[in-house]
Amino acid sequence: MTRDITIGQFLPGDSIIHRLDPRIKTLLALFYMVTLFVAQSAVGLAISALFILFVAVLAHIPFRMLLSGIRPLIIIIIIAGVFNMFYIPGHALWHFGILTITREGIGTAAFMGIRVIFLILGASMLTYTTSPILLTDGLDSMLSPLAKLHFPVHELSMMMTIALRFIPTLTEETQKIMQAQKARGADFESGNILRRAKALLPILIPLFVSAFRRADELALAMDCRCYRGGEGRTKLHILRLQKRDGLAVCTSSLLFVIVLTLNFVLPHAY
Amino acid sequence: MENIIEAKNVSFSYPLDETTRLQALKNVSLQIPKGQFLAILGHNGSGKSTLAKLFNAILTPEQGDVYALGINTHDETRVYDIRQHVGMVFQNPDNQIVATVVEEDVAFGLENLGIPTAEIRKRIDEALKLVGMYEYRNEAPHHLSGGQKQRVAIAGVLAMHPDCIVLDEPTAMLDPKGRKEVMRTLRELHTAGTTVVLITHFMEEAVQTDRIVVMEHGAVILSGTPKEIFGNIPLLHSVGLDVPQVTELSYELKKCGLHLPENILTVNELANALADLLGGSRCPSFKQKI
Repeated sequence: MTRDITIGQFLPGDSIIHRLDPRIKTLLALFYMVTLFVAQSAVGLAISALFILFVAVLAHIPFRMLLSGIRPLIIIIIIAGVFNMFYIPGHALWHFGILTITREGIGTAAFMGIRVIFLILGASMLTYTTSPILLTDGLDSMLSPLAKLHFPVHELSMMMTIALRFIPTLTEETQKIMQAQKARGADFESGNILRRAKALLPILIPLFVSAFRRADELALAMDCRCYRGGEGRTKLHILRLQKRDGLAVCTSSLLFVIVLTLNFVLPHAY
Repeated sequence: MENIIEAKNVSFSYPLDETTRLQALKNVSLQIPKGQFLAILGHNGSGKSTLAKLFNAILTPEQGDVYALGINTHDETRVYDIRQHVGMVFQNPDNQIVATVVEEDVAFGLENLGIPTAEIRKRIDEALKLVGMYEYRNEAPHHLSGGQKQRVAIAGVLAMHPDCIVLDEPTAMLDPKGRKEVMRTLRELHTAGTTVVLITHFMEEAVQTDRIVVMEHGAVILSGTPKEIFGNIPLLHSVGLDVPQVTELSYELKKCGLHLPENILTVNELANALADLLGGSRCPSFKQKI
């Protein structure tokens, strides 16, 4: 059903990962990415990889969801890997004209590839386990110091909230318009790309007109409910840090320290 | 009785193009006493929506004055005082719900007013219970029916503790079930003491109010209790307004020579009158459906 369209890749759940504070989760996702880049040893990288898999298990994310997150980027990873293989100087394994594959090249390619894969997994772990509303709340709260520098933090989060609110409404409306145009003989399926793009016009124009009308009415309704920007506004939900957030920070820091230490103890992978 | 809203000789026009303007309201005066359940009837373009927008300072009159709770709506410094006390609900529930969760939407107005969090929580629960949507507080609005969405919108206004609530055709986009839900909610609000101004096309809804105002071409042409208004069926027909079906039927029956009392507005009344006429017993168990 299009009515139940999931926004982003959020997988609703009630695990400890789901219940973490969205601000902490966002920061820790960034921190995990930094950790991945700090890791220079194969063991360090392996531990980081196991860490995110452990998080995925805690959050009850099915394995195939993890794969589907990586799939769209696999080609980029392969292309980057191929360039790495040819361009890194070192012990030559194979010559072909001006092209040379080195042992170091293969090592780097593999290391980089794995690093990018887990980078993506780290980021998706955030979007899989945090609802867009909470993500918005988290961003709003984290960016709020910037409001002093006249950065429109409240406006930004308000816009995101309204966008999230209207996605299902407009999706439903698109469906209705498509059906109405089909009933009058519109053809969206045949023809080349240009023709199909042209066929979308009779959908887009009514959709835009309606979106503007909705925006107008919404603005009026917001006015009637005394909306006058972010100043002096209170909130229904106030994000509060819990014990589990501290635990998550400690665990992530521990990972970082281990990875960093291994850099000095073990030889670098490339 | 104290007037919650008072319009004194107000006129308003919309610009059509650079030279001509559309006169939406002409010298309208209207008093709405505290606690009244008022219905405003009229055709499209009769000026009823424009009048409603004058009540909470969304528009200000070009001539004349509107007082809401004694505050002149021309006073720009007190616009938000007025809007807090005169709430407004519109036709399309989809276009007035701001948040992605029911309770957050109800909280929206309160957040704007800077009410402390604990108090917001209390008021949301109270407002949602009042409109019978408490169980749905954690739902996404797009999972609700039209009537339910409209009741959420009403709760959003109620949570601000208004003295008066103005509804601009709140049932126009709803199915009969949704219409009944909304009307039941409005009647309960009225009983609890809130002033309710209902702009509507449906005569069956207008019948349930204390007083009806009929508008035509930007002016108030009739004002009175439902019995008074619907007693004058030829006049209503002359301005092109429908009459509740029961009233119409009893009017026609009377024209045919039946001795029915004046001003029958509900199915119950007609059923009883007919039973009396036939000499039979009254119909005690007939339940009014509207």
